Amino acid sequence: MLLQVRNLRIRFRTDKKNTVEAVKGISFDVPHNRTVALVGESGSGKSVSSLAVMGLLPPQTTLIDAQSSVLFEGREVLHQPAAQRRAMCGRDIAMIFQEPMSSLNPVFTVGAQIGEVLRLHMGMDRRGARARTLELLEEVGIPEPAAKIDAYPSQMSGGQQQRVMIAMAIACKPKLLIADEPTTALDVTIQKQIMELIASLQKKHQMSVLFITHDLGLVAEIADDVIVMRHGEVRETGDARAVFAEPKDLYTRALLHCRPSLDARPLRLPVINDYVEGRFGAAEHQPQRTRGSAPGDDIVLDVHGLKKSFWLREGLFGKREFQAVKGVSFKLARGKTLGVVGESGSGKSTVGLTLLRLHQATGGRALFEGRDLLAMSAREYQPFKRRIQIIFQNPYASLNPRFTVGQILLEPMRLHAIGASDAERTHMALALLERVGLPQQAYHRYPHEFSGGQRQRIAIARCLTMKPEILVCDESVSALDVSVQAQVLNLLQDLQDEFGLSYIFISHDLSVVKYISDQVMVMHKGEVVEMADSDELYRNPRHPYTRSLLAAIPRAA
Amino acid sequence: MHAIHDSAGLWTLAWRRLRADRIAMAALAVVVGFLLLLAGSATGLVAADWEEEVAVNYAPPTFAAPRAAQAAPGVPAVAATPAAPPANEFDPLADDLRELRATLGKAVAEPATERAPSLLFGADKWGHDIIRKTIKGGETSIVVGLAAATLAVGLGTLFGAVSGFYGGLVDDFFNWFYNVFTSIPSILMILTVAAVLQQKGVLTIVLILGLTGWTGPYRLIRAEYIKHKAREYVMAADAIGASAWRKMFSHIFPNVSHVALVQVSILVVGFIKAEVILSFLGFGVPVGVVSWGSMLNEAQNELILGKWWQLAAAASAMALLVTAFSLFADALRDALDPKVK
Repeated sequence: MLLQVRNLRIRFRTDKKNTVEAVKGISFDVPHNRTVALVGESGSGKSVSSLAVMGLLPPQTTLIDAQSSVLFEGREVLHQPAAQRRAMCGRDIAMIFQEPMSSLNPVFTVGAQIGEVLRLHMGMDRRGARARTLELLEEVGIPEPAAKIDAYPSQMSGGQQQRVMIAMAIACKPKLLIADEPTTALDVTIQKQIMELIASLQKKHQMSVLFITHDLGLVAEIADDVIVMRHGEVRETGDARAVFAEPKDLYTRALLHCRPSLDARPLRLPVINDYVEGRFGAAEHQPQRTRGSAPGDDIVLDVHGLKKSFWLREGLFGKREFQAVKGVSFKLARGKTLGVVGESGSGKSTVGLTLLRLHQATGGRALFEGRDLLAMSAREYQPFKRRIQIIFQNPYASLNPRFTVGQILLEPMRLHAIGASDAERTHMALALLERVGLPQQAYHRYPHEFSGGQRQRIAIARCLTMKPEILVCDESVSALDVSVQAQVLNLLQDLQDEFGLSYIFISHDLSVVKYISDQVMVMHKGEVVEMADSDELYRNPRHPYTRSLLAAIPRAA
Repeated sequence: MHAIHDSAGLWTLAWRRLRADRIAMAALAVVVGFLLLLAGSATGLVAADWEEEVAVNYAPPTFAAPRAAQAAPGVPAVAATPAAPPANEFDPLADDLRELRATLGKAVAEPATERAPSLLFGADKWGHDIIRKTIKGGETSIVVGLAAATLAVGLGTLFGAVSGFYGGLVDDFFNWFYNVFTSIPSILMILTVAAVLQQKGVLTIVLILGLTGWTGPYRLIRAEYIKHKAREYVMAADAIGASAWRKMFSHIFPNVSHVALVQVSILVVGFIKAEVILSFLGFGVPVGVVSWGSMLNEAQNELILGKWWQLAAAASAMALLVTAFSLFADALRDALDPKVK
């Protein structure tokens, strides 16, 4: 065994008296020359465990139980002196992180940063380090390494930055590579490339990889063993193929099925509790929902030639036009969902924000009841604001932390004079809280007291106070855990059925878009490359870009 | 589940965190003590009689006084009426002078017998009790500090909010204004404002300091607004139809208020000190009003004579308040930081 974790128990101090237990006595092994996937949702303790192995937890607030033991090649690492541990981390164990943007130092060239590792751990001189850096950049697939070695991180794309991080990690030929969500911040096509790179490097260098992720489907192709964690405990361990084919633990089964699949569209997505209580079988055997557009659909929003440009500063006085959206046209039918997919920088979010006039459109029309929303004055647009609403991606950022839930819900009603008095508005707000599945006590609480999924429900309730007709969901479920994602998607679907809402559902997640959308619009570099009914698009993609997107989806089975 | 415990607002949480911090609570006690003294002296409960000449001039503090001064009470401040020079028969004013001497002798001899030779913390040139004078002086200084800091931060917040939130030409305008303001040496600026106001008094000092001190808070608040206006919660407020004013002060301001609060505390400290400089320059409080600044100003001449107690009293009162205020503001900033939770 390369790495043996035994009875690892970690507590964090929250203040002087209280502690929370993040990891509750877990044990697992990482054998030589194997890839082990550590899978779990947020709060499962997966990242904390790996940081404990690296000794990267803040010592002031972390309490590691005295019984805990982490053996690397038979040596105990938890109680090693700091200098010894530092020498080991980086040379024998290397780590790559989720955000390549913030993991690289922006003021040093990538060559200097990789070279530092080589000089510190391998004792190379400058010239030797530079030569080795070039080899490494070549190895991780950076095009033109000789030119890129003197580039700054900001001059590279996210995928290239992550490759640089990997080059830095493998620089000293580590025996163990810990990859903490290395592809979560990346686009789906880049994600596939990085996964392939990690898999090939693992084989080539015969190292072990501890791959940490929240996405069970992602590791199916590369993992040899899988460890599923929840709430700081290990739920299931085993050979990857066995776990995927025949998950023994109910939670593992739920994780595999809560994620919308490309092949089925049940009326309701299963949630964790359905599995834990044994209510659900495979999604394919549930009553299915049919989706798609029809020629006679009632059109609520007719967008024609929508354009949005940003001006970038260039040089001292110059500016350059950057076209984020280059003439997008679509029609949104009442009670239907239009999915918008694309990678980062495709302009999909800009479309949503421009339609709500949160960005000023550069050109084009958006007809709503025969009137152009984009050409109105701010005063004319005010009454329309309540009819077209938006739910943002990050529920932690989109609610004002200084407002109670009650204030958050009452504010839009007051602004639009919905309800005769505050008493009536309060009554309506309480009813809405119940509708989105929150207890009425939530009314007096502040957003920070709620989890991500609950906050997203609050954001949905805020939109519903205005009884909108169109709801733009800008990556609204992307930041949520798989199990919570299913709950919020179910809620959105119920609301559409109940109120006849029309959704513009913007997401980079193709399976979620497939599940919720009637029509799908694929965007690439500010242009619509393909638009079709969702079943048709996924069954029969026409544009090569759509095909490459679909090919990049990780498949569990 | 969150539903069980009682909901705690951010201010309640901040207060809880603050209460756990012993240094902060000690500092708060000191500040509250000063404020109570201020309220007392403003309403005339304490130190209203500071102007009474209760001791001999430059009476030393009791603990530092020479034995003789402690032992012999009632030594007259003016030892005796100086003997009159021999009368000059040709002096046309001789009669008037004689009359004057007679009345003068009576007036001086009367209070001199009641004056104390030493006081708890000594007396100043006129025999005012230093402790009472310090309390009364504190009233002026703290009021000047608090009012001027509030004015400066208020202006800075308003300008910073408008400038950062709207950006573009509005921002340019305020930035030019700011640049012009900061390019003038601050002493010159203070003199200019003082020359324009042309009056001596506490209100004048407040205006001088407030109108010249807004630049620092302006920069900080402007930066915060630039950062916050692109946040999703502000976009969400925009989407529900909140007006610009509402977004600025109802949504964003509570989230940046800790910056303003810390600025107030820093400026209070700075302005209490600035009042000293103004007094030194002759733009301070008018005659008849006492402040820590005017006390320090008097102290320069006294020090040469070895009368250190007035300086010590004003300086230690100021140091105590300023330290306590800074410590408290620091802890308050930590407790209020929304990132912590």
